[in-house]
Amino acid sequence: MKIVIPVNENSNETTVCASFGRAPYFLIYDTKNQTEEYVKNLAADAQGGAGIKAAQFIVDSGADALLTVRCGQNAADVLNAAGVKIYKTSSDKVDENLKDFAEGKLEAITQFHAGFHGRQ
Amino acid sequence: MKLAILSGKGGTGKTFVAVNLAAVADKAVYIDCDVEEPNGRLFLKPTDTKETVVTTLIPQFDGTKCTACRKCVDFCRFNALVLVKDKPMVFTEICHSCGGCPLVCPEGAITEIEKPVGVVETGQSANVHVVTGCMNLGEASGIPVINAALSQDLKDSELTVIDCPPGTACSAMESADYADYCVIVVEPTAFGLHNFKMVYELVTVLNKPCGVIINKADGEYHEVEKFCDEHNIPILCRIPYSSKLASLGAGAQVASLYDEKTAKLFHDLLTDIKKEVHS
Repeated sequence: MKIVIPVNENSNETTVCASFGRAPYFLIYDTKNQTEEYVKNLAADAQGGAGIKAAQFIVDSGADALLTVRCGQNAADVLNAAGVKIYKTSSDKVDENLKDFAEGKLEAITQFHAGFHGRQ
Repeated sequence: MKLAILSGKGGTGKTFVAVNLAAVADKAVYIDCDVEEPNGRLFLKPTDTKETVVTTLIPQFDGTKCTACRKCVDFCRFNALVLVKDKPMVFTEICHSCGGCPLVCPEGAITEIEKPVGVVETGQSANVHVVTGCMNLGEASGIPVINAALSQDLKDSELTVIDCPPGTACSAMESADYADYCVIVVEPTAFGLHNFKMVYELVTVLNKPCGVIINKADGEYHEVEKFCDEHNIPILCRIPYSSKLASLGAGAQVASLYDEKTAKLFHDLLTDIKKEVHS
């Protein structure tokens, strides 16, 4: 299965990014082949609808799950429609999250924020 | 004469100035373009009100024609469209009603339908024709409601007072662009000056003549006057802080109708603005 995590850098030194839609990169981890791929998030600089655009990317990547600190309602609508499961990260370390996810320790996110829309 | 009442930040006294200017005129149209929080009507209390729904167009997809080619999704620069499981989804609050997606759809699968985004209320308050734009909660843009409110201006109006949204965003720009003259209400504080400079820049870009009202004009801060002096911006009047005005305001009363001194102040102000506009 494919797992996506929003990250701050495009290397295995990176930490999890607190933002989903405006994260600089996405880490796509394939559990079958145990490969990791870092992809630039083209939605990061979007004027509006960044979460929607980022969610479209996640859907197109064929991901099964998204591990994230938080997620906006619009992005969640896209991911839910596509059947991508959304889980809350347990720390800012990528490896720990992948391990916790594999052990079934991560919880599904059910509360989505209304979106920041330019506010911090 | 169409006057836009502007300020860089909320709470400087735009509505106070706007409703009082309208109230002291023989006849006026007051248009509340602060569509996110229109409050002029709380003071003017118009009667015989009528509401008109404002709509914008959003795309609707014909699933039998759509081939999931994605052209509409790729085209939408506002990211209001996505394609999930070969079905397009639209985020109506993000959509800017640009009308582009039906044009790029090669299958003719997209038509546009109307979506309500707010209402415009019209009514009468003594000598003032009151127009209030009210945007629905959660909408991305107030522009359609602002334009609908401005279109309710009376053709033969001698004085139209436009109560603009605070700040310098598109909504303030759209409201001010309709006017012949801009009245900028400023608070004499460092914060007030900073925001005033931004509004002044906007007014300059729009190429509108303008004048300044310094509200709550007490204290030792003279930087606003200095800036006006350096840029040849006329200071139309200074309104000192008064607990009487604050109390009338808190009671949702138009101060000019209850206080002679205030009535005279706004009467003189209106005369001065007329002179400025015709000079």
